Amino acid sequence: MREFFDMGGYAAFVWPAYLVTLTVVVLNMVWARRALARSRAEARRRLDRRGEQP
Amino acid sequence: MKWTWLHRLASPPYVYALAARLTPWFAWPAALLIAAGLWGGLVLAPADYQQGDGFRIIYVHAPSGWLSLMVYTIMGVAAAVGLIWRIKVAHAVAASCAPIGASFTFAALVTGALWGEPMWGTYWEWDPRLTSELILLFLYLGYMGLRAGIDDTQRADRASALLAVVGVVNVPIIHYSVTWWNSLHQAPSVMRLGRPTMPPTMLLPLLLMLLGFTLYFVALLLMRLRSEVLARERSASWIREAVSA
Amino acid sequence: MSTPGAPAAALTRAAAADDGAGSTPAAGALDAVRLALLRDLKLAFRKRGQLVQPLAFFALVTMLFPLAVSPELSRLREIAPGVIWVAALLASLLALEFLFRDDAYDGTLEQYALSGQSLTWLVFAKTAAHWLLTGLPLALMAPLAALSLGAPSASLPGIVGSVAVGSVALSLIGSIGAALTLGMKRSGALLSLLTLPLSLPVLIFGARATQLAISGGPLLAPLELLGALAVLGVTLAPLAAAAAVRVSLE
Repeated sequence: MREFFDMGGYAAFVWPAYLVTLTVVVLNMVWARRALARSRAEARRRLDRRGEQP
Repeated sequence: MKWTWLHRLASPPYVYALAARLTPWFAWPAALLIAAGLWGGLVLAPADYQQGDGFRIIYVHAPSGWLSLMVYTIMGVAAAVGLIWRIKVAHAVAASCAPIGASFTFAALVTGALWGEPMWGTYWEWDPRLTSELILLFLYLGYMGLRAGIDDTQRADRASALLAVVGVVNVPIIHYSVTWWNSLHQAPSVMRLGRPTMPPTMLLPLLLMLLGFTLYFVALLLMRLRSEVLARERSASWIREAVSA
Repeated sequence: MSTPGAPAAALTRAAAADDGAGSTPAAGALDAVRLALLRDLKLAFRKRGQLVQPLAFFALVTMLFPLAVSPELSRLREIAPGVIWVAALLASLLALEFLFRDDAYDGTLEQYALSGQSLTWLVFAKTAAHWLLTGLPLALMAPLAALSLGAPSASLPGIVGSVAVGSVALSLIGSIGAALTLGMKRSGALLSLLTLPLSLPVLIFGARATQLAISGGPLLAPLELLGALAVLGVTLAPLAAAAAVRVSLE
């Protein structure tokens, strides 16, 4: 187990690299979902405003 | 040959619904492939005889780099389609690609630097690959900056599409000139692993990661595409149904 | 300021000449190019002060390096190609902001777009004027900068040649960015962000040619590559720039 985390001495480079990539992967998902939620809310707002006009 | 399916791809409501349906079909396989790739790359693959366990960075660096370039190409092609045939959905695809591509270019640069320090003794090397990645990042930033600088969505679409097409045409030229420049000044220092071909235990996880990242990109694209399509639509009829779901 | 009506009228006349018996369409386009080119040159010479600014900037930037690095000519000679080309690139960026700006403000650009003449040719004419007013003078000033950085006098023709050819490509590539950022206030940073990555091949080959000129080596290969880039630019850039102008004018 210890060997695995040690990565043959390269732990200080390997794990940050994986961490950065994982962060980018997760952030992309978060941004995409947020963008979609925002667009849907915006579209709903536009529809409501139009609905108010006779 | 019926081309109706192609025509339907230009229809925003169709694309919106299709994207919603297809997303899980890409997201879940992507997650599986990436998990399998990580397991294979971090646990099963043997250490490289030259770089030890440090070579395992390739399992995140290569997919990031691959994505950065593939996404830019897709962005350029979508932009061209949008320009030539004036299809809003194509512009929406291009707009969706940019932030994804830019962030993975950043990841490629950072993982490349982290790979470089133990291998070359320096965080940064002006080798063709890293230099080209850096230039690619600026190409993405320029595209996103241009989009941000134009308020009208249609104008922003057309202007940034022009830029994307010019960029895609230039990428081979830029890469060639950077490789040429690099070969003048030093021996080519490519991040090659100890031998010309990788053994299957090393190669297979890499392929899994590459494929997994690609599928993940498609899932992301489909998600972002829906928001971009919504933003470009004014007609109420199909939107009402779509967003109240 | 010129009257906006004048160039458009002249262009429409040139376009109408196409309908005349016996005159070829190409004649109309060439007339339009000539008119647009001469107009830009004339207008620029009325504001001579503005013409000199990019050149002064070039000289100033070149001067920064001995002060920032070392007065030793042997060291400066090593970095001279890079300094000259970076300074030329930045100076040319400065001048690019003015490529379309005045014509966009006074409506001339719109009239060009509506005149019935090919906007591609007109944009080419404006870019050619820009090169004559900026690129060519830079190419002529480059040897002075090179001498101040320790270059041997035998290298000067090569330096003029490489900067002259390279600046053609720079003007063409830059015209695309200038057209895309047309309406924007304070577009300088964005213009640089758009233009510099696309200009990198020119920088690479140009600096290499200049370096070989200084060291006395064969600079034909990079010079030819520079020429190829310029030719590619001439064929494609005005098309892209004209399309960008149309988008920006919407």
